[in-house]
Amino acid sequence: MNELASAVPWLGRRNPQAARWLIVIVAIAAPLVAVLFGRTWVRVLDFALLYVMLALGLNLVVGFAGLLDLGYIAFYAVGAYTAAFLASPHFGVHLPFWIVLPVAAGFAALAGIMLGFPVLRLRGDYLAIVTLGFGEIVRIFLNNLNYPVNITNGPQGINALDPLVLFGWDLSRNLEITENLSINSLFLYYYFFLACVAGSIVFIQRLQVSRVGRAWAAMRDDELAAKAIGINTRNLKLLAFSLGATFGGVAGGLFGAFQGFVSPESFSLMESIAVLTMVVFGGMGNVAGAIVGALILSALPEILRHLAVPLQQTLFGTVLLDPEVLRMLLLSLAMILMMLLKPAGLIPAHARYSHVEHLKRHGVSR
Amino acid sequence: MEIFLQQLVNGLVVGSVYALVALGYTMVYGILGLINFAHGDLVMVGAMTALQTMLFLMGAAPGMSPLTMLTLSLAVAIPVCMMLGYTMERLAYRRLRNAPRLAPLITAIGMSFLLQTIAMILWGRNYHTFPQLVSTAPLQPVAGVFVTPIQVTIVVGSALIMAALIVLVTKTRLGRAMRATAENHRVAALMGVDTNLIIALTFVIGAALAAVAGVMYASNYGIAHYGMGFMPGLKAFTAAVLGGIGNLGGAMLGGIVLGLVESFGAGYIEHMTFGLLNSSYQDIFAFIILGLVLIFRPTGLLGERVSDRA
Repeated sequence: MNELASAVPWLGRRNPQAARWLIVIVAIAAPLVAVLFGRTWVRVLDFALLYVMLALGLNLVVGFAGLLDLGYIAFYAVGAYTAAFLASPHFGVHLPFWIVLPVAAGFAALAGIMLGFPVLRLRGDYLAIVTLGFGEIVRIFLNNLNYPVNITNGPQGINALDPLVLFGWDLSRNLEITENLSINSLFLYYYFFLACVAGSIVFIQRLQVSRVGRAWAAMRDDELAAKAIGINTRNLKLLAFSLGATFGGVAGGLFGAFQGFVSPESFSLMESIAVLTMVVFGGMGNVAGAIVGALILSALPEILRHLAVPLQQTLFGTVLLDPEVLRMLLLSLAMILMMLLKPAGLIPAHARYSHVEHLKRHGVSR
Repeated sequence: MEIFLQQLVNGLVVGSVYALVALGYTMVYGILGLINFAHGDLVMVGAMTALQTMLFLMGAAPGMSPLTMLTLSLAVAIPVCMMLGYTMERLAYRRLRNAPRLAPLITAIGMSFLLQTIAMILWGRNYHTFPQLVSTAPLQPVAGVFVTPIQVTIVVGSALIMAALIVLVTKTRLGRAMRATAENHRVAALMGVDTNLIIALTFVIGAALAAVAGVMYASNYGIAHYGMGFMPGLKAFTAAVLGGIGNLGGAMLGGIVLGLVESFGAGYIEHMTFGLLNSSYQDIFAFIILGLVLIFRPTGLLGERVSDRA
């Protein structure tokens, strides 16, 4: 858990315990503060948590195992469309969420393995471009599988997905406590997503220092050396792809249920790049980095959207740069400038989690 | 038979454009081992700049002959792309030459999206009509097969450019320096080659080819927009890998082969899959070929390099 504390500058190093509590308090209080500015901001936070989940999953693949995956959003799509197939009027199937989510995760993991097998031998830039192709193929199929048999409903996407229902408790309805006090559904989703993210963080942090995590680090740093000391790089790569994909699938399932609507447009290459930028911006191979990167880069475009548009209107009289353009500009500049100025990211990965340092701590090497 | 010949013509035309773009990828990869993702977007910049010039010329000198206009717009588009290629290399890639292997690649992706965003700001999101200055009135050399003069121009033009490039690389001093740098930077530098200059020149030459390819591509389809470069860019990269990356002849061969596969694929996919898939799946051929080549023959059709070098 030490690494999470590094998300808080200054305090993190001196008093990790306090930093961790601060993070917990901020995470719980965030929507309460956000709602003061309007309900849309709670929605922004909900989406930010989904991005955190995606970034955590991609960080597993890119940061831990060193496999640059540019088609990551495909797994998000698999998760979301699985949710759409299993819980919407599209096929008339309405399975409960507790079945939908594991199935979505499972299908995504399967897709991860399907991608992993053919690309086992590829490294670096070739891997990047083949995974990019995989992502595009998935999107092309989603776009066109409405003919001759309508499976995905083509570019229109699938509407009216079932909302999240936990033990008969519908998260999409406001929770009525008394006559005039009710908790908005956006809050309910927020805290459910927060619980999912917290679970993922604990899992990933345990994973990182486990045998598997250390083997990934070894493979990332030097594949040949890792093979030489008996690490089964094939299985580890497949594991990285499928575990990363699982997170994408879970996030996708949550996204589908939350949004109530899925279409191929949400799974464009730009989204893959956006998630990658979050990981890179925060710091590759670092849980805190992925979280901070995802929060900043998913919230900042929204803030810009609300600030920049009125600002431009008062300054120039018209909107010169619309929010979507600003988002792309921000993401691409973040990527380039970060690589040039601070390649390790906002929060550089802790040296303690490198395998060499780990072995040193255990007195294995000097 | 008409369908076959028609797809052959279409494939050759698209393939020549891919080949031109693929040359840019392969030259940069051969020297730096970097996939310059933004190369595809230079194609777009070339087309858009040419379009802007044409629109300006149409307003300024209405009676200008189409050929002069095309030449002038190329004369603007090529230097603009060259400058852009040089700027990218100088500001971003040069600093990352010794960085960890993922850094330049991520920068290149960012660069590609930055170019698209800037183009979106300058020219908007809409599709623009690209003036087809070379006639598009179809000729019928064989009954039922349509060939337009613009298609002939594209195939002949790119063949000439490629021939010139081969002469440049194999016969001139500059070409020898380029080959030496690709072989080994340090040794080339020891032999008195200014490797920084050569690398910058490689980017510039690639950018010029991309500009020409952009004008050809846009003239062929009659449209241009901010995202038009990305897909052809990816396909051209596929072509470069298919031919053997780092190998100029391979890039040309790969481009033509890919163009043919794509156009025959689009023409026959409905028959082959009994109506299950249709020509909207055209784009997946490039990716499938890319995957297959990298898995079964990573050195490509003609290449010697190994995919593991990254």
